[in-house]
Amino acid sequence: MNGRHLRPEQALIADWITSGSRVLDLGCGDGALLAALATQKGVTGYGIEIDPDNIVTCIERGVNVLHSDLDAGLSEFDAHSFDFVIMTQTIQAIWRPDAIIDEMLRIGREVIVTFPNMGHWKCRAQILLGRMPVTRHLPNTWYDTPNIHMCTINDFEELCAAKHLEVLERATVDSSHRADLGMRLLPNLLAEIAVYRIKRRG
Amino acid sequence: MPDTQHADSVGLVCPQFRHFDTPLALDCGVTLPSYDLCYETYGELNAARDNAVLVCHALSGDAHAAGFHDPEQRKPGWWDNCIGPGKPLDTRRFFVVCSNNLGGCNGSTGPLSVRPGTTHRYGPDFPFVTVRDWVQSQARLADALGIERWAAVMGGSLGGMQVLQWAIDFPDRVRHAIVIAAAPRLSTQNIAFNEVARQAIRSDPDFHDGHYADHGVVPERGLRLARMLGHITYLSDDVLHSRFGRELKEGKIQFNFGVEFQIESYLRYQGESFVNRFDANTYLLMTKSLDYFDPAADFEGDLTRAVSRCTARFLVMSFSSDWRFSPKRSREIVRALLDNDLDVSYVDIESALGHDSFLLPIPQYHKVLGAYFSRIEVGA
Repeated sequence: MNGRHLRPEQALIADWITSGSRVLDLGCGDGALLAALATQKGVTGYGIEIDPDNIVTCIERGVNVLHSDLDAGLSEFDAHSFDFVIMTQTIQAIWRPDAIIDEMLRIGREVIVTFPNMGHWKCRAQILLGRMPVTRHLPNTWYDTPNIHMCTINDFEELCAAKHLEVLERATVDSSHRADLGMRLLPNLLAEIAVYRIKRRG
Repeated sequence: MPDTQHADSVGLVCPQFRHFDTPLALDCGVTLPSYDLCYETYGELNAARDNAVLVCHALSGDAHAAGFHDPEQRKPGWWDNCIGPGKPLDTRRFFVVCSNNLGGCNGSTGPLSVRPGTTHRYGPDFPFVTVRDWVQSQARLADALGIERWAAVMGGSLGGMQVLQWAIDFPDRVRHAIVIAAAPRLSTQNIAFNEVARQAIRSDPDFHDGHYADHGVVPERGLRLARMLGHITYLSDDVLHSRFGRELKEGKIQFNFGVEFQIESYLRYQGESFVNRFDANTYLLMTKSLDYFDPAADFEGDLTRAVSRCTARFLVMSFSSDWRFSPKRSREIVRALLDNDLDVSYVDIESALGHDSFLLPIPQYHKVLGAYFSRIEVGA
């Protein structure tokens, strides 16, 4: 998979997606992931995006993009209508992350979610020093951030357990797309981005 | 004098006419023995004949979408800001066709035309025409122009509905369908507004049951009222407020029924200028075809089934402050397309200008259109 235009965790996702599948990408940004999946894996589907400039870029790339606010719900989509429903680094900006995960699992056979890990040592260090974290992946200050529901890897694991979800795959990356030994041993402390592939049990 | 030589204008254009002798059976049961379509073209049809774009006009539109008919013409065609060299619909790449709909009053056969075999105009006896009839008549125009398949069919408002009908009726002849500020069918409120407009015309003493031409008059009052009402629905409350507010023409209340508020002056001007360019019988027919439009009707009201045979890729667009055909109505179309796993993009443009937005050069709107057209592949 050529990940030249993809963020590290997007390249990872691209490896997880099976060829020819139908994909819905929630908060698809500039459409880079869907465009790469279309050319390299024959994937079809749609992206949902709210930013006007991103929408134009999606259209320039030939990506099917639907201008919509994820917080307004996903009722336009029928149950089980996609193989994968993806949300990369967006869930922390959603009004009700637990509700949207339910919706994603209703629409898709499998769900892939990535999020910035608030448990990363850099975040912890800043909180210890008495400040809200500002990092490469979380560049906003507390008063203008769209990220209203931050969580750690442990928090997310707990949500999956509470919802009786099956974690099919979990991965962690840092900004340079490395997943070293330390990150595997202490993901909640050393991983900047967490990537999960989940589905409903049974 | 307008700048007809400007680099991004299609410049001077000439309306063309095509006569069709094959009778056309209309939805209403009447058969038109023959008819003419008035149309304009901009750009060049390429050798592969795969770069033709059909533009469908709205309620009071015509074939003159871009450019100028003569150097003295004050305003260019109705969608000139969108069609031309370097514009979103770039005439250096695409061959653009726009035709006046049947029943119209700007060149195509309609109430003003002389009925074949008689010396009388059709007048009120011109048969009811539907959006589907228009698509059928345009398909014959496409045949005549040697266009097997449109690269895109594009239109706003009623024109957007026509695009949808094209994609349903001729799935093999539409590669891209661009549906702007439209609805899958009119709401009860939409029909109600149309009925008030029609009654304004029909109750004018000069209407004479549509035979006003025989009496040498025009139902000006009715037509004016119909247009004034229409204009209220084309604009948003916000834009009316910001443009006219409660501003008084004379600075203070006069206690009379003359023009006091600026909005009254605006509406009267719009009504007045319409009387001079539009036929009352045509207006009645066009509003009826809007009311009748309902492609889902043949499928027990199920739009999803109605679009199931479509193969075109869709771009659906709406405008945030449009309350005539609101974003919600566009999303109904999108939903039906999604249900069929069809390729569709949907964009809602932030605009305070209401339904009229689709005719205006709003930067984000034109960016999206330009981006979409840039992806449409055409041969040499």
